[in-house]
Amino acid sequence: MKTPILEVEDLTLHFGSITAAERETVIVYPGELVGIVGPNGAGKTTFLNLITGYLRPERGTIRFWGQDVVGLSPHQITALGVGRSFQIPQLFLTLTVRENVLVALATREGRWASVRRPLHEPARVQAADEVLLQFGLLAQADRPAGELPEGGRKLLDVAMAFALRPRLLLMDEPTSGVSAREKFQVMDTLVQALREAGITALFVEHDMDVVRRYATRVLVLSNGRILADGAPTEVLEDPEIRLAVTGRR
Amino acid sequence: MNARGGGLGVLLVVALVMAGLVLPRWLVFLLALALAKGVAVLSVVVLMRAGLVSFGQGLFFASAAYAAGFAMRWWGVREALLLVPWSVAVAVGLGALAGLLVARYRDIFFAMLTLALSMVLYGVLIKAYGVTGGSDGIRIPTPTLLGLQLSGDDARLLVYYLAVAATAAAAWAVGRYAAAPAGYLAHAVRDNEVRVAYLGAPVSRIVYAAFLLSSGLAGLGGALTALNVGHVDPGLAYWTTSGELVFIAVLGGTGTVLGPLAGAVVYELIRSYAFKYAPYAWQMLVGAAMLLIILFLPGGLWSPVERVWRRQQA
Repeated sequence: MKTPILEVEDLTLHFGSITAAERETVIVYPGELVGIVGPNGAGKTTFLNLITGYLRPERGTIRFWGQDVVGLSPHQITALGVGRSFQIPQLFLTLTVRENVLVALATREGRWASVRRPLHEPARVQAADEVLLQFGLLAQADRPAGELPEGGRKLLDVAMAFALRPRLLLMDEPTSGVSAREKFQVMDTLVQALREAGITALFVEHDMDVVRRYATRVLVLSNGRILADGAPTEVLEDPEIRLAVTGRR
Repeated sequence: MNARGGGLGVLLVVALVMAGLVLPRWLVFLLALALAKGVAVLSVVVLMRAGLVSFGQGLFFASAAYAAGFAMRWWGVREALLLVPWSVAVAVGLGALAGLLVARYRDIFFAMLTLALSMVLYGVLIKAYGVTGGSDGIRIPTPTLLGLQLSGDDARLLVYYLAVAATAAAAWAVGRYAAAPAGYLAHAVRDNEVRVAYLGAPVSRIVYAAFLLSSGLAGLGGALTALNVGHVDPGLAYWTTSGELVFIAVLGGTGTVLGPLAGAVVYELIRSYAFKYAPYAWQMLVGAAMLLIILFLPGGLWSPVERVWRRQQA
């Protein structure tokens, strides 16, 4: 049996009287592409914030490749190989698109404090351009990231996480803010890049069509609890689950 | 801030060396003063790159200047090549301590904390009369360079060349920092701290490193000022000294390494002439010059040069 990449057990967190996570237990194996669905306020982003160390659980364990990561800070967990992209793209808006990726690459190399060589080393620039090409952003490489349209920002946000070559990538609504027409195009690009690099991924998503088409497994959250965990075709056909997630049977 | 202008920098160094030979002595003295201040302004710009405005660089500026004074008074050290590194080391040491506290703060809290720390030093310098000479300060004798003992104009010229060399070294170092991952990560912290953490880099250590570099630069500026003026007093730690450095940073422009240095030279010239022709209204004239800069060159004095560079690059 394969070693789990992520083991979450009994994860619990409350914000006052609000239950953000209640006894959540999930095991993710390498190669999986797990969609996380649920109504607004279900605790989907909180789940990602807990795994990445932004929030600390009241109870429970989180293991990444068997290592307990509870209590570590986001930068320590990221350095272990957990990448993350955001619902609202988190970019360096006054740097160029290429520099955003270069900064990510320098950090991956552990050279965030280096003054020995310039950021724009030829080998690093080449690596950055390869990432940008993969995400269809190479033509925009010299533009400030702040000038990108929303779809481009979304892709750059993921590209930066991707440039870290994480073993596990957590994506928070990778298609939100992207037009309906571009949604599948963006997801095709992302999923292809993930498969080529052999990255395991969890992604929060509201669009059930996207989940059905791309996820190998789906987690349904509601009020901080895991309602269902299984293959998208089975889970999303359950009328009770559909009601909980979309409000419609 | 970027590292462009390496070629221009070399030309400027040559021009400054020539200037020492041909310009009148008072102007050479003024240039040395401006360069020393320019290095301290670079310290402000390094922090601005990380999104932080310090109103307390006087802490390092004054501590380094006094460190030179104490080394001369207590230990009889006169060698400039020992005094300058020693003074910078004192400033960096102080920065290492202060940074533990202030590197955790941002925005107005950072500005006020740095201001408060510099004013604590000011208070100590004023009150500890027996050690610091109180408001009278300490006289700094003429330093020697590689054992070379000079006097009068020759000694001033020697200090000027020391200032030119130190400024060139500081500008090179800051340019290199700005072009390296460390400098870009500081810029990234200014843009988006959360993302920096989620790239796996420790934000607090990036800010701390920028603070250390900044304290060393401010210290270098302070040491050069002390050797050039021949006297140190608590005014070096007063908030107006720190404010002046921020003022010059805005005047010169914060986008390049050469902008703050050019700003410091222009500032010293404006101040000297304003003081000469309107001794009771010189601050008003300096303020008016600042207003004109903000209105017509909002990116600072150096911004037209930057624009030309950018156009050439495009």
